[in-house]
Amino acid sequence: MGRNVAIIGVGHSKFGIRTDVNVAELAWESTKQAMENAGVDQKDIDYYVTSNVGAWSSEPLPAVVVGEYSDLVPKGTVRVEAACASGSAALKLGHDMIASGEANIALVVGVEKMNESPTPTVVEFIGRAGNYFWEFENFGLTFPGYYALYATAYMSKYGATEEDLCQVAVKNHYYGARNPKAQFQKEITVEECMRSRYIAWPLKLLDCSPITDGSAAIILASEEIAKKVTDTPVWIKAIGYANDTANLSRRDNFLSLRAAVEAAKMAYKKAGIDETDLVKNFDVAEVHDCFTIAELLAYEDLGFVKKGEAVKLIREKQTYIGGIIPVNLSGGLKAKGHPIAATGVSMAVELTKQLRQEVERERQAPIKKGMAIAHNVGGTGHYAYVTIFSLDKPRR
Amino acid sequence: MSAQQKVEKKKTQKEQTEEVTKQFNEFVESIKKSTGLPIVPDMKSGAAQWIDQRELTLKYVISVDKIRKFFDGLIDGKLYATKCKQCGTLYFPPQVDCPKCRKSDMEWIELSNEGELLTYTIINVKPNSFSHYDDYTVGIARLKEGINITAWVRETDPKKLRVGMKVKVIVTKREPEGYLTYELEPLTS
Ligand SMILES: [Zn+2]
Repeated sequence: MGRNVAIIGVGHSKFGIRTDVNVAELAWESTKQAMENAGVDQKDIDYYVTSNVGAWSSEPLPAVVVGEYSDLVPKGTVRVEAACASGSAALKLGHDMIASGEANIALVVGVEKMNESPTPTVVEFIGRAGNYFWEFENFGLTFPGYYALYATAYMSKYGATEEDLCQVAVKNHYYGARNPKAQFQKEITVEECMRSRYIAWPLKLLDCSPITDGSAAIILASEEIAKKVTDTPVWIKAIGYANDTANLSRRDNFLSLRAAVEAAKMAYKKAGIDETDLVKNFDVAEVHDCFTIAELLAYEDLGFVKKGEAVKLIREKQTYIGGIIPVNLSGGLKAKGHPIAATGVSMAVELTKQLRQEVERERQAPIKKGMAIAHNVGGTGHYAYVTIFSLDKPRR
Repeated sequence: MSAQQKVEKKKTQKEQTEEVTKQFNEFVESIKKSTGLPIVPDMKSGAAQWIDQRELTLKYVISVDKIRKFFDGLIDGKLYATKCKQCGTLYFPPQVDCPKCRKSDMEWIELSNEGELLTYTIINVKPNSFSHYDDYTVGIARLKEGINITAWVRETDPKKLRVGMKVKVIVTKREPEGYLTYELEPLTS
């Protein structure tokens, strides 16, 4: 619907423990890069969307603090929250502002500074992100705990092992080691992963994404502007979205994230993608691997393989470069880091650069079809956004 | 965890956190005294960090007025769900409004307490406010009536648990807080 929307500029901070910057400084790092990359100034920006979950960081109204520091006053703004999918929800809003004709150029900036609080406090905050009363207050679930419930059910049903889960971490650290923006630039082995301590059985420390500070930004523009300012616009071909129950116990099974399945279905339909042999459509994917089990679920929820077959993909290294579909060449949330509300924007940055063939050579996917897909899950399958990026202008 | 390991375990997660926090606060105070500013170098990077001089304690007040019957049930050792009189939908956790028919005409149904474990995890790294507990197991079970229930499982050895095993819901007191709650007890058969 509406006008075509393109990404014309991207920016990405170094992810990690960023004790050298505050929230506003961190947001500016990627905002500045994105503006320079697009060749636009603050005066050109009609609206900016600030993606931030916060609570662990000091600014309760992050959008205005980011705007003041980045000289975006008096542009319109809003802070967007969709848990770990906030960045994709922000992109959706930025996209809609342009598609609707309300804005011609929009900035989407995701920023999270989780290390302004001590780790036990961050564990506490994320644990509270289910159904507060019936899950946290009484039973003390943690974020790894919620995903561990999926892991236990999945392993029991399909015979996946803890080693299989570790294979996901090994792959993502392999590529993270080749991404200078990643929090962990170090390869790991299955043995190291298996030796790491349990966080929420059966998930171990090396099955989990870290607590991360970071920011990412994109500049979105209408077709008219995109054509003028860049030779390589990356078009937003389709966005699918869905949600699921807050309370895990109100879900039918723990073998699949229903929100992700629904979001993918919507995105494929909007993009007019034939769902038989789906992987053939894409050169590369970024999927939400906050925990290793999440990446396996993503392979199936996106329809890359049938239910129960994700393990085969990782065992056969089919999600490395050279396989049927390379996944998380950025290092994923696992190795690149997971600054909650910056993650979705970071995926868009990564896939834009992949399609423009601008990432480090060792982790550049061969671009043949000119299409890439991002799968961004919020909470424990509470929110899901699936976004399809394309080098070819969508037909309307 | 074996009995021997338990004896050897020196400090709980809570005690460890409190000790680290205390040491850190003392360090900040000493720096502040000598320089007049609560700015300390980060342990790893050395970057200057302002240590917040304000503290916010959160404790919410949550209405349970409309589902008071559920909690009264716990006092009698019973577990209640609500059922819509019009469409028959069973709600657990209980809720007094049926969004499907937009009616608020519910009856309270006593649940059977018998179910099957759908999945489980053992929480090793705990949230701050649960850090005074030993590692605990959280499970989700499907009750005979077809609704799911999340609760602690009375077994912390993963080898003794499996998906599909029979469990019983037991109303119990959560210590050390001392309030009524419910747990899942695995049935060995
Ligand atoms: Zn009803």
